[in-house]
Amino acid sequence: MTQTIYDNIVYLLSLVGISFGDSIVPKIIIVLLIAVLLLVGVALMVMFFTWMERKVLGHVQVRRGPMITGPHGLLQPIVDGIKLLTKEDITPKRADKWLYFIAPLIVFVPSILVFIPMPFGQGAIVSDLPVGILYIMAISAISPVGILVAGWASDNKYALLGSLRAVAQDISYEIPMVLTVIGVVLITGSLSMQDIVLAQGEKTWFVFLQPLGFIIFLIAAIAEMSRIPFDLHESESEFVAGFFTEYSGMKFAFFFLAEYAHLFGISAIMATLYFGGWQGPLIPGIPVVIMSIGWFTIKVLAIVFFTIWLRGTVPRVRVDQILSIGWKVMIPLALLNLFITGLLVAGGVL
Amino acid sequence: MTETEEFTLNVGPVHPSTHGVLRFVLRMDGETIKDTEMVLGQLHRGLEKIAESRSYLQFVPYTDRLDYISGMTNNYAYTKAVEDLAGITVPRRGEYLRVLVMELGRIVNHMLFTGTLFLDLAASTPIMYCFRDRHNILELFESLSGARITFNYIRPGGVRGDIPEGFIDKTRALLKELPSRIDEYAELLNDNEIIKMRLKGIGMLNPKDAINYGVTGPMLRGSGVSHDIRKDDPYSVYDELDFKVCTRSECDTYARYIIRMDEMRESLHIAEQALDAIERLQGPVSTSYFPRIFKPARGESYSRIEAPKGELGFYIVSDGSEHPYRVKIRSPSFCNLMALPQMVKGLKISDLVAVFGIVDICLGDVDR
Repeated sequence: MTQTIYDNIVYLLSLVGISFGDSIVPKIIIVLLIAVLLLVGVALMVMFFTWMERKVLGHVQVRRGPMITGPHGLLQPIVDGIKLLTKEDITPKRADKWLYFIAPLIVFVPSILVFIPMPFGQGAIVSDLPVGILYIMAISAISPVGILVAGWASDNKYALLGSLRAVAQDISYEIPMVLTVIGVVLITGSLSMQDIVLAQGEKTWFVFLQPLGFIIFLIAAIAEMSRIPFDLHESESEFVAGFFTEYSGMKFAFFFLAEYAHLFGISAIMATLYFGGWQGPLIPGIPVVIMSIGWFTIKVLAIVFFTIWLRGTVPRVRVDQILSIGWKVMIPLALLNLFITGLLVAGGVL
Repeated sequence: MTETEEFTLNVGPVHPSTHGVLRFVLRMDGETIKDTEMVLGQLHRGLEKIAESRSYLQFVPYTDRLDYISGMTNNYAYTKAVEDLAGITVPRRGEYLRVLVMELGRIVNHMLFTGTLFLDLAASTPIMYCFRDRHNILELFESLSGARITFNYIRPGGVRGDIPEGFIDKTRALLKELPSRIDEYAELLNDNEIIKMRLKGIGMLNPKDAINYGVTGPMLRGSGVSHDIRKDDPYSVYDELDFKVCTRSECDTYARYIIRMDEMRESLHIAEQALDAIERLQGPVSTSYFPRIFKPARGESYSRIEAPKGELGFYIVSDGSEHPYRVKIRSPSFCNLMALPQMVKGLKISDLVAVFGIVDICLGDVDR
């Protein structure tokens, strides 16, 4: 039975002599505490990513990136956050007020919710849902709705065209992504994220068992994260800022947060599905929970680093080319991968 | 296929990829461009009219503001027209110095072109590399003229000042370094599959249309027409220099981009020869005296030179007074831009950005 963060907290409390039989209030408090922990953790990670992106990209581009605020500009994300919070929040006159208000939330909330069945480490999982990966795929499919709403509600042609592009891209790349995930699920025999991690401990990392699947997943993931070369979401050279052209202040910050939370989320999924999740060699003397969270973080950071590196190297692919790659190359290959995996699993090889 | 409703999309005048204040009114069918209308004149400063109230020498700084990326060539184009009008000959050392700064200016222009083109394609790294190297050339210009963009360096009678101490060594070191830098760009960009996907086969302009539109410079050479005024109608000391005209016949944007890369190398080659000549030759860099107020005889002159962006011409009419009677500027950016609507017809809006980047205009040069 896999432990969850909740179990661990209850266990720690029982060690210091606090226990609460069946009363519901402390349970709710603990759950709320976990929710806050998750939100803060993701927000901190996102802040770190923005700093890392600017630093790595800076060094790729023979410059230093932020250097003024804090050591090596480490406080830059905080300063940026304060700037965004204190900026004027403008709603265009002709915008659909309610939809305009709710769109950032529709994008932001799913990007946090995907972390619920995410195994950050051994015993560090909010809830080990039996349908974990299916839940993640389903939840992350909600954010294109928010993008479409944002583009529509802004009443701006750039925003509308940008949102249509973004949604077209998200939908076309979700299909190959889910198809490759099925390959992993076939090998594991379970949809639970924790089971997928444990299965990789028994066998080997799935990146070696599913090389084709991994490559398809990687490309689809970059598209889903909306990173260059597949960042039709922003397309700043054509549509100024894509679907969030009209957004400013806090609402813009939500889109920004969601984008990086998405980057974190999909990197985490990739680390879990293909790189053994939190598993890694343990150093004696350090608690397993901390070691496993450390390994997980290292793997996620490596993937994020890769996407930043990619951003520093290549330009954007054109919209029709992105879609034709998605439908004409990725989906057939994903089906092929699924077919081969199915045969191998049925034949008892995997 | 289903028909979608056409709509009008306004791009600019303030937009990330219009390189200034140009406005497009696009008739779009979804993402496909049906028709392009350009609205010019947002940066019109009436330079041609201003010229009529300035003395011949006073107008030189204004030419820096035409195509403010390559001020040196603008200075020279105007200066050449004035010199033709007044019948002034410039010492050969001065001519070589002019060629040196003009060719370095061409490299600066093409570096900026490369950077902004790929920035429009969302690759943010090339522009940083290009600016790093552009900076080194601008430092040289600064040591010559005191300015980095608006030089006012080449003027009737020669150049404004002789080279400072250590200039030859610094330039030689830079000329040694730059080829490896250009190789670096080529390595990063030329064989990148995504760049090929984005640039190959779009923005087609066949040689006949290119000539009819009056397209010049790398744009025309990318359509397979070997036309370079430095070769065809040599001015200054270009007939004594060894260089070749870079031409490609693919007619697409990728060819036009590669031509710029090749031209940077050719310009380095020319600059080296010019630097050798400056070192070898003795004597002044300008005529001993050029009067501040001078009155050429009645007459007219037209000079045309190969500016980095294409043919830059100055037509000056003198009525014998201290001011020009009329100055007409034939700017390469304006003429090249006119071919854009045909080049982007039927393409996607993302291609508009790429094709527009490849035309390489400077709004100061378009609107004057």
